[in-house]
Amino acid sequence: MGTQTQIVRFDSISLDGGAVLAPVEVAYETYGELNSAKTNAILILHAFSGDAHAAGIDEETGNLGWWDNMIGPGKGFDTGKYFVICSNVLSGCRGTSGPGSINPATGCPYAMSFPAVTIPDMVRLQKMLVDHLGISKLLSVSGGSMGAMQALQWAVAYPDSAASVIPIAGTARHSAQQIAFNEVGRQAIMADPDWNEGNYYGHRPPARGLAVARMVGHITYMSDASMREKFGRRLRDQNQFEVESYLRYRGTQFVDRFDANSYLYISKAMDYFDLTNGARSLSTAFENAKSRFLVISFSSDWLYPSYQSLEVVRALRGRNLDVAYCELPSSYGHDAFLVNVAEQSDLIRGFLASTFESGARTPACRVHTRVNARTQS
Amino acid sequence: MPRSHSCERPDSKLNVAQRFVPELLGRSDYAIIGEIIEPDTRVLDLGCGEGELLAWLAQNKHVDARGVEISGEKTRQAIARGVSVFHSDLEEALADLPNQAFDYVILSQTLQETRAPLKVLQEMLRVGRRAIVAFPNFGHWRVRLSHLLTGRAPKTKLFPYDWYDSPNIHFLTVHDFEDMAQAQHWTIERRMFLYGHRTVKLFPNLLAEVAVFLVKR
Repeated sequence: MGTQTQIVRFDSISLDGGAVLAPVEVAYETYGELNSAKTNAILILHAFSGDAHAAGIDEETGNLGWWDNMIGPGKGFDTGKYFVICSNVLSGCRGTSGPGSINPATGCPYAMSFPAVTIPDMVRLQKMLVDHLGISKLLSVSGGSMGAMQALQWAVAYPDSAASVIPIAGTARHSAQQIAFNEVGRQAIMADPDWNEGNYYGHRPPARGLAVARMVGHITYMSDASMREKFGRRLRDQNQFEVESYLRYRGTQFVDRFDANSYLYISKAMDYFDLTNGARSLSTAFENAKSRFLVISFSSDWLYPSYQSLEVVRALRGRNLDVAYCELPSSYGHDAFLVNVAEQSDLIRGFLASTFESGARTPACRVHTRVNARTQS
Repeated sequence: MPRSHSCERPDSKLNVAQRFVPELLGRSDYAIIGEIIEPDTRVLDLGCGEGELLAWLAQNKHVDARGVEISGEKTRQAIARGVSVFHSDLEEALADLPNQAFDYVILSQTLQETRAPLKVLQEMLRVGRRAIVAFPNFGHWRVRLSHLLTGRAPKTKLFPYDWYDSPNIHFLTVHDFEDMAQAQHWTIERRMFLYGHRTVKLFPNLLAEVAVFLVKR
């Protein structure tokens, strides 16, 4: 399946920080066919370094989509039945407006003058795209890691626009440990003299800093077991271990496709994200939520451990929302949602099918009465 | 036997459901539970396994079906079937839920395996308006006879385990359950007793293999 990234431009977007970004562009791809009732659309949300190219083979580059094992005919997100959309996040560097975009006021790249962006801002832009595509209610919103955070934000911000939400290997807010790893990445970038306060466009980019940041990231995406299995103590040559060579390769490869300033903006957005957003509790945050939920975590994921998914599940159950939860066994660590897809596909396939059927049977009128919500802390 | 519904569609799923009716009878307590539950209600099944009963109830009675299951493998099967199941220990799972969130809370063949049965039942009646409890009757004559004649922990068709590897940690009879319900001031709205696939009318404490109670606080 050959795919092409498309770009849509909107006049402006108002951001949580008070700034207005004008204009704003969003890069997206779609797979499958939207049905005439427009009830089969699924929005896929990418993780930290992903992009709009989620599935199929890119016509220009020949690259396979980052979740091609999950999206396609007969796959977990079955494009034979559903219309799948994926867009690049705001402040990204893969077609959507970000610090590398040209500021029309100056004719130069925004660099660090790009306004601060939050996860809710990213979701707001996704909602604008979905509206633009003429879809009033998505069958599902799903993503892993940062995509899971956005999926939860969808459930809270646009409860009537998503029949179901599938957050995978995610959290409602970063822990100190997650913030700490992100900060190491940011410091590596900013310590690189080539970073030059973010003004490196047209010059040499902070490749060494960005590569180190990515190396740290990759360690957190794997598990002790998966690294032992993949590399052990094997030597590449006399001077380096396999694992060192692998991390360096992933680091340098990343520099070719990712912008260091986007790294700073997106990682900050993740760290500052807190679904409770000043509410008393997570339970209060879900006050208006009405979607069905399928929450998935992985046993060996120590970056987004199961307890973070369970915290979300408990809050949802406390509100008597329809939620399915399963921790899948895996040795792949956080990467599991990208590579360990057989069981994940079975869960998603069944969940989407029953959501689609129940939507056809009772159009948006599941009434829950007589619920005395117990106060949950 | 569960009534068949007029709004069933002639698709492949229905055929599965129809074949499932005898399997409901295979698990004779399921057949009774299927008959008790009113259409369009909210149902929570504790220890729902692979979600067969919930899927049947969703399909045939259009209930809002939720489950709790401690086995990860069974939870995966249930979710893949389209049933909303929470992978958890049942006591923890009950604690999360608000009061009176369900019309029925089902506990089928699991009461005797819980560590604190009274607490579980009280929680069931907190989160649900009614509890449906099915359990194997330890008062059945075969159990009594096995115990009397062998002088050992009874082993029967219904209680096939050796004492050291049995999941059953509480052994209760029909009378025991009724006594508890009375002491807790619960109302037993319906009681049904089974021997194989047949209903037991007389001397249930002696003749019933399985008891099913519909209880209200």
